[in-house]
Amino acid sequence: MRQVAILGVAMTKFGVSEKTNLEMFAEAGLEAIAQSNLEPKDMEALYFGNCLGDFEEGQMHMAPFAHAELGLPVSVPATRFESACATATVAIRHAALLVGAGVYDMVLAGGTERACAMGTPLATRTFAMGHHAQYESTAGLTFPGVFAMAAHMYSEKYDVPLKELKQNMAEVAVKNHYHGAMNPKAHFQKEIDVNTVLDGMMVADPLQLFDCCPFSDGAAAVVVAEAGKARELVNKPVYIAGMGQASGGPLYLQKDLSRVMAREASIAQAYKEAGVGPDDIDVVELHDCFTIAEILALESFGFYEFGKAYDAATKRETYLGGKLVVNPSGGLKAKGHPIGATGAAQVTEIVEQLREESGPRQVEGARVGLVDTLGGDFGTICNIILRS
Amino acid sequence: MDYKLTYDQFQQGLERGELLGLKCNTCNSVTFPPMTRCRECNGTDLKITEIAGEGTMRTFTVIRVAPEGMTAPYIVAMAEIDEGAWVMGNLVDLNPDDADMNLIGKRVTLGSHVVKGDTYSHGDFRVITFSLI
Ligand SMILES: [Zn+2]
Repeated sequence: MRQVAILGVAMTKFGVSEKTNLEMFAEAGLEAIAQSNLEPKDMEALYFGNCLGDFEEGQMHMAPFAHAELGLPVSVPATRFESACATATVAIRHAALLVGAGVYDMVLAGGTERACAMGTPLATRTFAMGHHAQYESTAGLTFPGVFAMAAHMYSEKYDVPLKELKQNMAEVAVKNHYHGAMNPKAHFQKEIDVNTVLDGMMVADPLQLFDCCPFSDGAAAVVVAEAGKARELVNKPVYIAGMGQASGGPLYLQKDLSRVMAREASIAQAYKEAGVGPDDIDVVELHDCFTIAEILALESFGFYEFGKAYDAATKRETYLGGKLVVNPSGGLKAKGHPIGATGAAQVTEIVEQLREESGPRQVEGARVGLVDTLGGDFGTICNIILRS
Repeated sequence: MDYKLTYDQFQQGLERGELLGLKCNTCNSVTFPPMTRCRECNGTDLKITEIAGEGTMRTFTVIRVAPEGMTAPYIVAMAEIDEGAWVMGNLVDLNPDDADMNLIGKRVTLGSHVVKGDTYSHGDFRVITFSLI
């Protein structure tokens, strides 16, 4: 495999947008290409992520229209990726695999999502299409419901009283909002305290409103390139050191929701390829769609023993300035979660961190960063380890 | 290959009050709800079996923000049936506001109830229910 690098990275401001999916993606894509000192015609493929355009705008098969907005040559293929919330990370991984294999030298990869256009009831219904349609979503399961069931299992399995667990989960939201307040692209740029979380409306017991990430609109894109060409184009290419991707089935086959088996398989692949372990990671953007999700992820990566990560934020170990900075962008919780774009925004944050361009939320001396994105009912996990 | 017990046949079983699963002729595990292969050994030599209909609650949540077409609050839960498989369903006969951590480990019987379909499903369907013993 050839060495692969990331050149330009860009994201729109996440939040509620009046722009169309195509307009948002064009903004991010053209900025990523320009930042790479390239032109749209230099792209050899477009790997385009979008999950729910069919419901958001009545638009399926969006990739060729994004291709036209960007002004890519007709000979350049545009392909849609859909892996629920892990969509853009999976698109970037596949771009990197093909660049590594020598099929392409330059690929634009990313995604866009306009979830707010659906409103909460339809958005909740369409997101629930990520559950098993015969044996899970029929019971009225929702995504907060999945992580709520995981939180109850965690409390039971590790004998952490639910009240104590919830207090510590709230601290995860407080931390990610603290980081998000320093990110001008974040959906929420406002600090909160533990009471904001614990006084919120109940969404799915035991998860309250501020345990949950928002529905967001936004787009993000990155240029994936062969490393030799990358070095000729920009001063600070960031290299892909290792990647992983793994799949899990329906929840009733996974059983123990306190362990995300697909993540354990995915990170093992990424650590092996990169030749690193948990102690080598300086900064992490991980899939905190719900507060409990961040806790589960920290344990999957080996940063903490199983059952021991629940108070990491409370002890400020995962804060900026802590021993392992987790979600300096604000994470999905505060930065926002336009599902088709999220993975590309996570890569954007890590690349900027490794280029030391993150301003007030810069992790000092960050050299190795980890991206983690989860799709569906723990069904898809994709990890990318980047290094400067 | 032959799909031994389809979703439609499983639904017809629920309609008759039968909880149909698959017993593996290789390892004796019971797969419930049905799928192509044995959930334990991936074997495809399976025979249709009726499960006893009792199990133990493993986790739950109370859904308070429902998808379009559903009315909150209601309880979604996973139980381990005595034959070893886990299954998702609705815990019924309990006020959702009374659902707490004490539910985990409680014994339940299995049944089913009808849920109205929406634009995206093929008509109404039955969903597994759990009732506390
Ligand atoms: Zn078997």
